Parts: sequence; C-alpha cells; structure tokens
Amino acid sequence: MIHAAASIALLIVSGAMVAVFPRSILAFLVFQGSLVAIYVARIPAWLRALLLGTALLVMMPVIGAWNGYYLEVATQVGIFVALALGLNIVVGLAGLLDLGYVAFFAVGAYTWAIVGSPHGNIVFGGGFPLSPWAFYLFLVVGLLVAAGTGILLGLPVLRLRGDYLAIVTLGFGEVIRVLANNLDKPINLTNGPKGITPIGRPPVPPFMSYSEGFYFLVLLIVIVVILVNRRLEDSHIGRAWEAMREDELAAQAMGVPLVRSKLLAFACGASFAGVMGVVFSAKQLFINPESFTFLESIGVLAMVILGGMGSIPGAVVGATVVTVLNLQVLKGFSLWLNELKNADVTVLGYNLANLPTQLEPAKYERMVFGIILVVMMIVRPQGLFPARRRQRELGQ
Amino acid sequence: MDLELLVGIFPQVLLDGILLGFMYALIALGYTMVYGVLEFINFAHSEIFIVGAFVGVEILLGLKSAGVLDSVPWVLVLLLILVAGMLASGVLAVSVERIAYRPLRHAPRLIPLISAIGVSFFLQDAIRLFESIWRNAFNLVYPTLDVLNHRYDLTATVDVPLKSLVVIVAALLMLWGLWALVNRTKIGTAIRAVAEDQAAASLMGINVNRIISLTFLIGGAMGGAAGVLFGVQYGLINPYTGFIPGLKAFTAAVLGGIGNIPGAMVGGLVLGLLEAFAASYLSLLTGGAFGAEYKDIFAFSALILILIFRPKGLLGEVVRERA
Repeated sequence: MIHAAASIALLIVSGAMVAVFPRSILAFLVFQGSLVAIYVARIPAWLRALLLGTALLVMMPVIGAWNGYYLEVATQVGIFVALALGLNIVVGLAGLLDLGYVAFFAVGAYTWAIVGSPHGNIVFGGGFPLSPWAFYLFLVVGLLVAAGTGILLGLPVLRLRGDYLAIVTLGFGEVIRVLANNLDKPINLTNGPKGITPIGRPPVPPFMSYSEGFYFLVLLIVIVVILVNRRLEDSHIGRAWEAMREDELAAQAMGVPLVRSKLLAFACGASFAGVMGVVFSAKQLFINPESFTFLESIGVLAMVILGGMGSIPGAVVGATVVTVLNLQVLKGFSLWLNELKNADVTVLGYNLANLPTQLEPAKYERMVFGIILVVMMIVRPQGLFPARRRQRELGQ
Repeated sequence: MDLELLVGIFPQVLLDGILLGFMYALIALGYTMVYGVLEFINFAHSEIFIVGAFVGVEILLGLKSAGVLDSVPWVLVLLLILVAGMLASGVLAVSVERIAYRPLRHAPRLIPLISAIGVSFFLQDAIRLFESIWRNAFNLVYPTLDVLNHRYDLTATVDVPLKSLVVIVAALLMLWGLWALVNRTKIGTAIRAVAEDQAAASLMGINVNRIISLTFLIGGAMGGAAGVLFGVQYGLINPYTGFIPGLKAFTAAVLGGIGNIPGAMVGGLVLGLLEAFAASYLSLLTGGAFGAEYKDIFAFSALILILIFRPKGLLGEVVRERA
C-alpha cells in the first residue's frame, strides 16, 4: 500500500514540478526518475501499467506542449530504446559483441532518405520523393534491407571467435561509413559528406501536432519492439541464443544449430536498427555519414551494458539514462558553466571567465560512455536491472 | 591511363608504404605482446599510443617556448622525446591494466574487452580535457625541426626526408630489441612461460602478475615510441587520431599472426604497402571513380579475409591455442 501511494504521489508531484518549472532540467529529470521508481515499486501490475500509461500517453504530450524540447528528448529516447533492445538481442542474448551496430541503423536511414527525398531522382530517374504515406511501407522495407545486410555480414564472420568477431563488426561499421561518405561517385547514391535533405515526413493524424504524432509513432514502435523482445526471450530461439552465449559447445551438443541461430540473432538485431533508421531519417529531415560513427555504436553498447546484458527493462532504462545524460545533463552543465562564465563569478579566488574556451562539457560523451563501460564491468557486470536468468547464474 | 605516370610514382609509393608499415608494426607490438600473454585485445592501446605523441609534442612545445629548441642537437631532442613518450605510455599501460583489466582477468572473454573499449573512450576525452585546460587547444602541431626535413635524393625523382629514415631505423632497432628480449633473456623466457601456462609458470617461481605488468609496460612503451615517431613524421595530432592507426595496427598484428613479433613487422609492412598502393593507384586506375578514401576499406577487407581464411595469420600464431 505504501508503495502504491508513494508511486501515485511521486508521479503527481513530479508532474506538478514540471508544470511549475517547465524550463527546469532538474524537474524533468525527477519526472523521468519517477517512472523508473514506479517500475521497480512493489505495486500491482495493473496499477503500474495504469501509472506508466498515464505518464507516457497523457502527461508526456502535455509536458511537450509546455516545452517542446522535452517531447523531442522523449522521441530521441524512444529511438535509442529500440536500438538498445535490438543490440540487446545480439550482445545480451546471443553473446555476440557487435561493435558496428550503427551500420544497420545507417542502412535503414539511407533507405528512406534516398526514396523519401528528391535525391531519389538522381539515383533512379524521376518520380521522387515518394508520397509521405510510403513512409509506413518503408518501415518494413528498412527492416528487410537491414536484416538482409545483417545476414550478408553474418554469413562470413559468424564462425569467428568472440573477440575477433567484435573487431570485424567494428571494421564493417567503418566500411559502411566510408562507403556512405564516398558513394557520391561513380553513382551518386548517398551524396557523400554533404548528406541528403529534405527527407519526407510521415503524415500524422490531423488532430495532433506533428511532433506529438511523431512521439506517438515512436512510442508505438517501441511498444511493439518490447513485445517482440519479450516473446523472443522465452521462445525456443531465445533459449537457444542464451544457451549459445553460455557455452557454444554444449549448445551445439544439445542440437542448437550455431550458425543459423547466430544469423538469426544478427538479423533480428539489425532489423530493429533498420526500422529505427527509417524513423530517425524522417525525424532529422537531414542525414549524413557523421550521424553513423563508431561513437554511436558504443553509445548503444553502453546503454545495454548499463541496464544489464540480456535484460529488457535494463535496455529501456539504460537507453533512457544515457540519452538523457547526453541530451540534457551534459548540455545543461555546458549552459550553466557558460552562464557562470558570463556572470563573472569567482570561485576560490579564480574568476570563471578565465576558463579555457575549448572546455565544453557537452562534448564529453565519450568520457561518459567510457566510465559507464569500465565501472559497470568492474563493479556490476550484470547491470542495473539484471536479466532474471543471468541473476541466477551470477548468484552461484 | 598514363603508364609513365604509374611507373614514375612507384618508388615514392613504395617508400610511403614501407614507412607506414613500420609505423603499424611498432603499434602492433603492443597488441601482439598483450595478446600473446593474456589472449586479450587491449583496445585502449590506440590511446596509449597517442599519449606518447602528446607527451612528445608537449616537450617540444615546451622547449620551443623556452627558446632552446634550436640550440640543442636534434639527436638529443629526439632521444629525449622518445624516452619520455615511452615512459609515459608504458606507465599508463601498466596503470590501465592494474585498474581496469586485472580485476576482470578470470571473467568471460568479452567482459575485459568491453572494459578496454571503455578505457579507450575515457582516455580520448581525458586527453582532450587535459589539453583543453592546459593549452586551450587539443589539435596540436609538432614543431618542425629543420634538420629532420632535410631530403636525401635516392634517385633523380625519389627523395626521402631524414625523419622518415629515423622512423625506419628506430622501428627496426626496437623490433630487433624486443625480439631479442623475448627470445634471448631470462625475462623473455618468463614472459613466454606465462603465455604458455600461467599456473605452471607460477609454480616455477615466476611472479605472474609482475610479468603481465611488464608485458604491458613493454607493449605500452613501444606504443609510446610509435606515437612520438608518428607525430614527428605526420605532424598533426588530436586525441582521436590514435584510433584508426590503432585499428589498422591490430589488423597488422592479426595479419602477421597475433602473438608473434616478426609477424607484427610482416603484417605491418603488408598492410602499409596495401594502403599506400590503394591510396595512390586506385584513383588513377579507375579514372577517379574510386578515390584514396577507399584505402580504409582495403585494410578492413584484408582483416576480414585473413580472419576467415587464415585466422592464424601469415606467420602463424606463436602461442598455442588454448581451449
């Protein structure tokens, strides 16, 4: 009872905080934290669903109406949650360390970018951009293309030992980026470093604003992805993946077809990234190879590791925390530091206006990712929200 | 297609390739030493390497601002920055092992690898943070030493700057020194024993932890030396410069047979030549359709192909495969 009352109160209070201080990053962070608290609180399942549903379906769009940036943050979080869940299948369930995951994201993004923008005319002749409605069709096309790429990459490399596989996927990610950067000749497929713009936006229901519509679209996809993940986890193939992760030889002896299972894991992970790539390109209106660097792959990996490898709630929370850290905390810190500089504040006899201009806290994403990876591996390798099976295993 | 041009640039391209190859070989030593002993990819080695370059540039800039850079003999300056870079990188490598790898030594394979990736990213921004505060700039240029840019004519059309000769000689010396250390000394025997079987080695009275630290020290020092030479040769560095050469050097180590010191040199040279030729000839041969940018694709394709068809590398893995 105490938990239930506390959860309801927390949601109301944090919502009110955002209402009173719509510009305060802290208030929004408290709101996000309350969602996690509700998730872990010992309350009946229906109450948890009701509270989370209210928060995501009602409160979030309202908050977005007060401060549009927060809706943007929520949409970004959604995209990364889906990415983290995809990588979670490959790394967490199947135990294959994929360091080039962002390549599949890029494949999906370019798939829609080329046909959803006038750039398609250069590649295929006339008739582009396609109608905005085609976006929904291309969610599926992006999925298939990315899954196909996953299988193409997987076929030759999946026989490799774990650490070699990691390096090869890293190389593959770099190859895709170099290709995207240079395929403006002999055929102009990607328009090189200049990127592709303007990319078509999907039509949304007429009674809501575009950003609200987009938020609900991403939310819907994330819910589908979570459901698919949960079904996969307990399915025949999911258990085969986990068996493979624990001991390949034993799994093979039990009749798990190794190569086919690994390919399936790669294809599944890649397909989520492909769908989100299509969504991402439509959201950004502009993409170029800079959006698909190794940094992004490691960012997604950090999300999976932080939450806990193989754990669905872990991937969701990890993606949220890391995205919010990057989009809000680091940027907020940067802005705050700049304000202090401009205000001529003196700390311990040191005038902050003399701080080096190159010192921009917003640029230290890598440090955040690095600290997450190292600290989690040493202190809590099972992650913040360990997977049930893994918890048992590490408890031994 | 201009055949004369193709033939004409050949010696220069060959020279560039060899130079690049020795650079990769030196960096690859760090990967290969650690992999030989622990079967672990020290992903942070690319940053350990670039730290050497930063130590070198800081000393040079310091000497320059003190106004003594031109009055000290260049050999001394070069030796000073080499030793300082090796020391810094070696100590850094040992500390990284102590903090981020040793607690994970008995964890499943991928756990220390993920930790190493984290260290790599952390170090990149740590360097950036330090240089931003210290110099308010993190893209640094090596001050030129005029003597080192003096060019010697090899033939009528090909010349080579002194600094490139220095790189090649230093690399050869270090490769030989390391090979001799591992194969001809007592310490080297201990290193090989630990690589073969840690438990048995410790029963023979070898301090396994100390030998592993030593391995990191040596590998890191080689990386630091490579960093200084890289800076002297190519001039421009930033905290993220090390990553791609590191990846290529790892490719070189695998290409030659990881855990194998002569293999690192062979792999480095093969990769360096492949890249230099791809960079110069691809554009000429395809009439500009594919440019020098595709050299990275060649390097990574080489890695993928070698891993699929000959995972033991050209010269073979020296360390026995353990179950």
